[in-house]
Amino acid sequence: MADLSINFAGIQSPNPFWLASAPPTNTGDQIMRAFDAGWGGAVWKTLGDPIVDTSSRFGSIDVGNSRMVGFNNIELITDRPLDVNLREIREVKRKYPKHVVIASLMVESKEDWRDIIKMCIDAGADGLELNFGCPHGMCERGMGSAVGQEPEVLKIVAGWAVEFSTIPVLVKLTPNVGDIRVPGVAAVEAGAHGLSLINTIKSIVGVDLDKMVPYPVVGNRATNGGYCGPAVKPIALHMVSSLGRDPRVNIPISGIGGIATWRDAAEFIAMGCTSVQVCTAVMHYGFRIVEDMIDGLSNFLDEKGMKSVNELRGKALGAYSEWGDLDLNYKVAAQIDPEKCIGCDLCYVACRDTSVHCIHTAGEPLIAGHRAPTRDKAIAKATATGVHVPWVDWDECTGCNLCSHVCPVPGCITMVDDTRGKPFESWNDRIAKGTNKVPGGLRG
Amino acid sequence: MTPQSHALPAQRLESGIADSKPNFIPGDAVAEANRCLYCHDAPCVQACPTGIDIPTFIRKISTGNVKGSARTILSANLLGLSCARVCPVEALCVGACVYNEWHRSPVIPIGRLQRFAVETVLSDGSAKGLLSKAKPNGKKVACVGAGPASLACAGYLALEGCDVTLYEKRDVAGGLNVTGVAPYKMNAESAMTEVEFIRSLGVTIKTGVEIGKDIAPAKLVDDHDAVFVGVGLGADSKLGIPGEDAAGVFGGVEWVEKMKLESGYSLAGVQRAVVIGGGNTAIDVVRELAKLGVPDVAMLYRRTEADMPGYKHEMELARKEGVRLVEKAVPQQFVLAGGKLAAVALADGREVACDLAIVAIGQGKLGAFVSSFPGVATTDKGLALGDPMSGTTGNPKVWVGGDVTGGELVVTAVQDGKRAARSIAAALGLPSRDDSPMQAGHR
Repeated sequence: MADLSINFAGIQSPNPFWLASAPPTNTGDQIMRAFDAGWGGAVWKTLGDPIVDTSSRFGSIDVGNSRMVGFNNIELITDRPLDVNLREIREVKRKYPKHVVIASLMVESKEDWRDIIKMCIDAGADGLELNFGCPHGMCERGMGSAVGQEPEVLKIVAGWAVEFSTIPVLVKLTPNVGDIRVPGVAAVEAGAHGLSLINTIKSIVGVDLDKMVPYPVVGNRATNGGYCGPAVKPIALHMVSSLGRDPRVNIPISGIGGIATWRDAAEFIAMGCTSVQVCTAVMHYGFRIVEDMIDGLSNFLDEKGMKSVNELRGKALGAYSEWGDLDLNYKVAAQIDPEKCIGCDLCYVACRDTSVHCIHTAGEPLIAGHRAPTRDKAIAKATATGVHVPWVDWDECTGCNLCSHVCPVPGCITMVDDTRGKPFESWNDRIAKGTNKVPGGLRG
Repeated sequence: MTPQSHALPAQRLESGIADSKPNFIPGDAVAEANRCLYCHDAPCVQACPTGIDIPTFIRKISTGNVKGSARTILSANLLGLSCARVCPVEALCVGACVYNEWHRSPVIPIGRLQRFAVETVLSDGSAKGLLSKAKPNGKKVACVGAGPASLACAGYLALEGCDVTLYEKRDVAGGLNVTGVAPYKMNAESAMTEVEFIRSLGVTIKTGVEIGKDIAPAKLVDDHDAVFVGVGLGADSKLGIPGEDAAGVFGGVEWVEKMKLESGYSLAGVQRAVVIGGGNTAIDVVRELAKLGVPDVAMLYRRTEADMPGYKHEMELARKEGVRLVEKAVPQQFVLAGGKLAAVALADGREVACDLAIVAIGQGKLGAFVSSFPGVATTDKGLALGDPMSGTTGNPKVWVGGDVTGGELVVTAVQDGKRAARSIAAALGLPSRDDSPMQAGHR
């Protein structure tokens, strides 16, 4: 079994699975149950001056029959007294010395940062995470994303924390910026020991059309919240990868954003993360999901012949390039398996209305000289069973991939390599050769 | 005008039979609707005799546009409520769903989703004004019989602005939907809500008026611009064996009507019932008897189970409910003891004891009645002769459709009624409208 343990900026963790600073890490009792379930670490719900929360404070997006595909909250930082949280941090670390406890912090003045950092270190925290990401409520008070969106301010405040701390300092970044590398590099320059991202995305999750109030409804008003859950994973992956491949970023990254399964985690790690943090999936299903995350990641590493999760880190990062460096001669074509096809024709209508109309029904003719490898079988099945099996004209197919995404039948539509020996040529190659002019433009 | 069609008596036996597929609650309807793949050129639509755009109405349920969903359904099929409940969906839309080819179950419950949409708009008042209606055009149309074919024809033509009157010899309108549908599929009250919907489209319903007795067919034709004859089928066929007239022996359709509509009818004391026949009416009757608590229900069929014309999935349900099938049972006579029914004697010498016997072997044809309309011909089997795509007959003012022409399903009767409505509208020179409901669905 592969070794899942990691070292994050000097912090040893039994596995890369941490709970993000959020409602599931509000109390010592929750965190101890999470550790019992298998979580390697937890970032305590942000400490600072206790706040007052609204009711309600969560909103959700369902897609089809899938609940909480996207999730939104307007909850603030901890509402519990600081001394209670610190006492519980101490208790957790005493009972679970090998597990990671990171204190998330959000205060205003330099003195407050100095004092709260000392208290957390005294309580036994393994690291600190500076919450420069919260995009609702706290930012109106000059904290959270208000700091994360101003690189100069971020650098100053992070610099204080680094100065006061004797344990690793992680800076948690807000995605509500134009280029994540700007605050990321500012944090590195401030001396931070690690980055964690993304915090939630500023959002309005929906509107109650009867009350004419956005969600989540608080009386007859609402405010913007922070968006998270599976829907934000692609945004998070991009931001993590942007920092992961930036040579200026030489500190470890803790990936956050829509991670719900071992596969999500593996993707974040392959794009450069050392640890991952989870919140929404736990809010949806409870701490128990980590069992499959550990089991699944471990099995995956074994299958790939990797002895440690550290071997996975950054594996896919090298393949992330600029568009101009992609191979324009690489070609795939769609192939519909007539055996598996159930005749819903979703691929047909998607190709017709969105792409190049290269998918045809059994009765349609094939253009002379064109290739359509599955046409005969499609016609045979359609004739024998009445099932509307379509086929693909390979000389019309641009390999866009849309049909394979709309097809509901696993493995029915595959994309087959049709490059046919053409050499690699990117747009940047064309620029270099002076062959980058495509006829039909504004100037002919 | 006083609505007469709601005059259902109290204390009817069918009230004791529960709905086997209760209506969905909104959340469940949306969850089921979300499972639909929304196929292009969907096989379910092809399989629907009326051509309801099923993927579209299901998608509208999933988006919360139930009113729009019902409009999609009712345009193509004005009797979308009863069809949702009585259609043999396993043999039609559900049987054609791509989930079958996918080997995924359960298949989309199309009938129940359709019921949800239509029942919602019929109960919350949003059915009013749902379908586009033309201004009155002064054309008078009579529909003879108030079953599904006539109701559909009448409703569609009322929407085109015609002055339509339905003539029904019974005291209640609705035809077999009210008198003949198995209560676990749809009870008479539910069927009446649909009749009331058709009435709300502007149709005048005259019950207790028998054409041929109260009004001569020729006069009816003279007094109207068009006449649609959708009278269905006649009385139960008889075995023609001794004892058939004894108390305790009923025809299938006769008994179902009694069970559904007769106040105070009871099965008290019935221990053993036999049903003779192998079609869908026979299966309905055995299931009804079993659900009503008759301890021993036997179905007597003259050949083997494989030869039975009734739906296999229905027979399986009957068996689960405790019905036993007696194969190769050819009744020879009804045996009486002390003046009361005691058994059915079979040709091979067997006797099946019973104190209730129901003969469900088909219904007579109304060819003679149809022929009383000048110029209307019948087949040698006694079916009305009409063009299958339009219902036109030898009389340019008379159209026919539904079971009287040989159909067998509510949904095919509705399609007949819709086709006749289109043909009548064209014959009367009514202007075509872009949003005319009767133009929806299959030709």
